[in-house]
Amino acid sequence: MFSQKVAQQSLRRLAVQQPFAMQSSLMRASPAAVALGQNIQTRQVTSSPNTEDPTQILVKQRLQRPIAPHLTIYKPQIGWIGSSLHRISGVALSGTLYLWATAYLVSPTFGWHLESATMAASMGAMPVLAKVLLKSTLALPFTYHCMNGIRHLMWDLGRGLTNPVIIKTGWTVVGLSIASAVGLALL
Amino acid sequence: MASLRTTSRLFAASRPMFRPAFARTYATVEPTPTEQPKMKTFKVYRWNPDQPSEKPQMQSYDLDLNKTGPMMLDALIRIKNELDPTLTFRRSCREGICGSCAMNIDGVNTLACLCRIPTDTKSESRIYPLPHTYVVKDLVPDLTHFYKQYKSIKPYLQRDTPTEDGLEFRQSPEDRKKLDGLYECILCACCSTSCPSYWWNSEEYLGPAILLQSFRWLADSRDEKTAERKAALDNSMSVYRCHTILNCTRTCPKGLNPGRAIAEVKKMLAV
Repeated sequence: MFSQKVAQQSLRRLAVQQPFAMQSSLMRASPAAVALGQNIQTRQVTSSPNTEDPTQILVKQRLQRPIAPHLTIYKPQIGWIGSSLHRISGVALSGTLYLWATAYLVSPTFGWHLESATMAASMGAMPVLAKVLLKSTLALPFTYHCMNGIRHLMWDLGRGLTNPVIIKTGWTVVGLSIASAVGLALL
Repeated sequence: MASLRTTSRLFAASRPMFRPAFARTYATVEPTPTEQPKMKTFKVYRWNPDQPSEKPQMQSYDLDLNKTGPMMLDALIRIKNELDPTLTFRRSCREGICGSCAMNIDGVNTLACLCRIPTDTKSESRIYPLPHTYVVKDLVPDLTHFYKQYKSIKPYLQRDTPTEDGLEFRQSPEDRKKLDGLYECILCACCSTSCPSYWWNSEEYLGPAILLQSFRWLADSRDEKTAERKAALDNSMSVYRCHTILNCTRTCPKGLNPGRAIAEVKKMLAV
């Protein structure tokens, strides 16, 4: 009922405001005209051909997309900070080993004195504070990497992989490695 | 039925005629006028693809927490409704089951609908899209590659032999229990985009979410393509870019454990 009324009303309004449109739509597209083959299809709006390749719109947009910030905005947590320290300490330890071993190997050629006796004498000549500082900076990466390595072995067995345990063992490793590094430095 | 109606009528009659004036209905959000406004600042990552030359920036919005719902998604919706309709983000179910509103809130990946707004009004909250994703607009990340990786692991039951009685593929309660903690994953990509390994190697490394799904199909007693699934994963990139950083387990908004799933995958590949 209601829709019929609305349709009638809009037709009436069209007839008053745009008599030509009314005439064309009724005369040329009426069922009778269609049946007689005298209807003319008209388009009110013309469209212009799109010369741009539509698949390229998304491609162009994708090239311009920024990467969301990551490392700089992620909350510092013991898990990933500890993991990055594990890698840094590992690289530092193996790097030191390679450098030292190479230097030791070539020392006779260049006349460097890297024998144990010379090293012990030069260490003995240092003040106590410098000795402890130097030894603990060498010991800390070692103790941390060792203890965190045990944690990794545990994880590889599929154990200790729950949030509370991960956090607890992480801080335990930090505490133990600092304590043992100081202990080693005081030897 | 008739007796039930009578009892319900009796119950209705026993209720008080007038509610006490101080009683608040469940939907009430309007504060009492004496309440102090609790203004909190939200800083939201903005980037508009229509102005690609402009750098992404953080935009501040201030909201009164007394008039806002308890969750971060409520705050975002309120910002969009009342302060800035151009702010763009994905959301759908508002109850942590669709995974649409995954984003980085205060430095941690989570679902905005499951994340409470910190009541501390002195500190601002910072909202970013999922880390190291390509940004479509504002908080909307492009997850095309993530979904392609999901498709690559064939996430469906693969089986050639029918059951003896021709009925459905059944499994024992013990075998079904192996899927608990795996089937609940909603693929919100929070874990994958929290993983530094995935940040640097997302082209080839599958990432925690997809590996959890891999394990879900490896662990399924009804699946018969376990050997093929294992062979597809057994290379240097797909699984072994996982260095047990365990950001995935820490961040999962559904309380699942992708880290353990990857450890189990590694064990299966090693044996």
